[in-house]
Amino acid sequence: MTDTATTAAQASGPDETRRDFLLMATSAVGAVGVALACWPFIDSMNPSADVLALSSTGVDLSAIEEGQSITVVWRGKPVFIRHRTPEEIETAGAAPMDDLIDPQADTDRVLKPEWLIMIGICTHLGCIPLGQKVGDPRGDFDGWFCPCHGSHYDTSGRIRKGPAPRNMAIPPYEFTDETTIKIG
Amino acid sequence: MTKPQWNNGLVRWIDDRMPIFTLMHHELVDYPTPKNFNYWWNFGSLAGIVLVIMIVTGIFLAMSYTPHVDYAFESVERIVRDVNYGWLLRYLHMNGGSIFFIVVYIHLFRGLYYGSYKAPRELLWILGVLIIIVMMATAFMGYVLPWGQMSFWAATVITNLFSAVPVFGEAIVTWLWGGFSVDNPTLNRFFSFHYLLPFVLFALVFLHLWALHVHKSNNPLGIDVKGPQDTIPFSPYYTIKDLFGLGVLMVFYLFFVFFAPDFFGEPDNYIKADPLVTPTHIVPEWYFLPYYAILRAIPDKLGGVVAMFGSILILLILPWLDRSKVRSARFRPIYKQFFWILVVDCFVLGWIGAKPPEGIYITIGRIATAYYFLHFLVIIPLISMVERPKPLPESISTAVTKGGAAVKEAT
Amino acid sequence: MARLTLIAAALVVAAGTATAAEAPKAPSHDWGFQGIFGSYDRAALRRGYQVYAEVCAGCHSLRLVAYRNLMEIGFTEDEVTEIASEFEVLDGPDDEGEMFTRPAKAADYFVPPFPNDNAARFANNGSLPPDLSLITKARKGGPDYLYALLTGYREEPPEGFQMMDGMVYNDYFPGHQISMPQPLFEDMVEYADGTPATVDQMSEDVTVFLAWAGSPELEARKSLGIKVLLFTIVLTAMLYALKRRIWADVH
Repeated sequence: MTDTATTAAQASGPDETRRDFLLMATSAVGAVGVALACWPFIDSMNPSADVLALSSTGVDLSAIEEGQSITVVWRGKPVFIRHRTPEEIETAGAAPMDDLIDPQADTDRVLKPEWLIMIGICTHLGCIPLGQKVGDPRGDFDGWFCPCHGSHYDTSGRIRKGPAPRNMAIPPYEFTDETTIKIG
Repeated sequence: MTKPQWNNGLVRWIDDRMPIFTLMHHELVDYPTPKNFNYWWNFGSLAGIVLVIMIVTGIFLAMSYTPHVDYAFESVERIVRDVNYGWLLRYLHMNGGSIFFIVVYIHLFRGLYYGSYKAPRELLWILGVLIIIVMMATAFMGYVLPWGQMSFWAATVITNLFSAVPVFGEAIVTWLWGGFSVDNPTLNRFFSFHYLLPFVLFALVFLHLWALHVHKSNNPLGIDVKGPQDTIPFSPYYTIKDLFGLGVLMVFYLFFVFFAPDFFGEPDNYIKADPLVTPTHIVPEWYFLPYYAILRAIPDKLGGVVAMFGSILILLILPWLDRSKVRSARFRPIYKQFFWILVVDCFVLGWIGAKPPEGIYITIGRIATAYYFLHFLVIIPLISMVERPKPLPESISTAVTKGGAAVKEAT
Repeated sequence: MARLTLIAAALVVAAGTATAAEAPKAPSHDWGFQGIFGSYDRAALRRGYQVYAEVCAGCHSLRLVAYRNLMEIGFTEDEVTEIASEFEVLDGPDDEGEMFTRPAKAADYFVPPFPNDNAARFANNGSLPPDLSLITKARKGGPDYLYALLTGYREEPPEGFQMMDGMVYNDYFPGHQISMPQPLFEDMVEYADGTPATVDQMSEDVTVFLAWAGSPELEARKSLGIKVLLFTIVLTAMLYALKRRIWADVH
């Protein structure tokens, strides 16, 4: 377009290669720099140190009667704690593996059979299933029922019917003594 | 300038329907730019980039900030201590404010020196002044958000300026506060505005660029572009020059961020706001010091406030105060001297703004303030009448070839 | 009434600071955490924590620091749990709606010595012992000032200097009259590493500890900073070379 511009474009051979190399190298270094600079921004949205530090919760189970449930909060999520009746343990253990959408034995889901402790979030789209309170609908399998899209969970919190793909998750926990657990 | 051909199919498809790529090509690549810019011309694009850095860091900081008097201070400390790279985001933002003002002030004084405010670029200049005003409002409200002692007392003092308004003063201040003192409602609205105004700034910058691209850039000689021999395409010449300038600025900026993050700050702002105790020494951030000096130089409350706002608003009429047809100070021997005196005057005002208002400082402050207004209202119009400018070069390209490039020419 | 006392107390403080015009500049001290490669001396941090915990913590809170943060400066998880469990924090409400106290956990923040500012003022003759979380950033002179203050006490003010009741003379406190009596005396603490606990040593250690409390990110910041700056300088140099190349044909 101008004289200078055309001369710039038609620079002689060796110069041209040197410039191309320099251009590519500089562009590459610059691109790496910009990409690396994105990381602090992305990482700042991950859980912060104070949030991670609050990741364990202690619960005293002694006051929960057989057949009762309570909900506690761990990492901002509801954790269902159910003191199961012998019948519930019985039905949970008797369920044939072939009938399960996400096959898992009841014994693999509890530390002590009378205590079912799981994260009370439907694995479909994150709603909180009903079944903790006395008058709640508990679904076809007498466990929990998610009102959002109709997932039915059994007395072991396993998905039996409906759109949810997996059983309700078991959080890491341990018994610190007979009646106290530490979640997380 | 011909219409560029696009090789990529998707680009061509979009461009046929909305010629955004062609537009960008014309404005950022082909864009004919005077070939004789010096490095002072880097600061416009630098300011734009710093604005983007401020917006991005600000958006991420807002994700962890709590605009409440009981939590604001703690939430800022939580960002520094607990949020991943929170300290980096905060220090980038905090020091970015100072860097932004450094860059914009240099850009402003470059405009003053080379007469960039003169016809036909008056509106471009006015938009620039508006940008500075909005920037100052944004910076002030941002400074309040960490809710330290300086935040609180800056908010109190600055909002109280409006009490100088006759009759309605008190009502205006109460309205600004949303209460009877600077308190939670004030903090909330400042946060809201602090988030909003940068986008207003962005829009103003767009208008500023639009106005720029109509009559194109001024240049160190201040003479008009005569033809294609005076210009080079913006890309790659000025893109690479701007990128290099950006690299230099980043080294300067990041040095403060990583090694002296509190350099521009005041220790008192690490004490949580206490409405019952005023720090012994209230000083604004450095970029407000000259205005603060002007405010305190006038012994009358309303007068001080008017002078302070006047000191920046006066720039709006500068294109009409300066009658000289010659733009660049290179060819204006008298103006050039007074330009440097003004620069010194502004530094003196800044220095006085940081000093307690007592003894000799008051006198110096008054003289410097008087001179500031004298410069714009009397000296500039007078010079433009009496000064005999040096002969202007015929064109940019003749000046460039005759000047420093003579040696290069031999090659 | 409470409000009135509060305002009165504030006025006393304000009056105290108003007369404060000049204070000598604290002499600069060589701190290992300053400079581009600076980092905190781990042994000093540990000793400094001990001084804070055994002396300062009687009156001064450190509310922005959590017990878990001590792990960043070399305390083990068990030590931190142990330290935290010595303090009681208010929690609740429990199932019956009652508030209760429990031993502090690693995630809890340093338990302040007083439940609120008024209690702190009441226990300290009307003056509020400032929180120390940011003390080295919140004072002109930073760590130098803090060290100078801690070692700058004099039993008798210079002749002719009028002292207010209940104040003590300090060379470096603005106005020289400080309501905090000299806090550190020789052998006040017994360092586990056997370092002699002189006033100078304790002042230096606690200053290092409080500098860390104020800027716990310092080491991460500096080490990242060196890499980022080197990278930026290299990139800028390359951009400059490219700029020279591209502009070579313009005249």
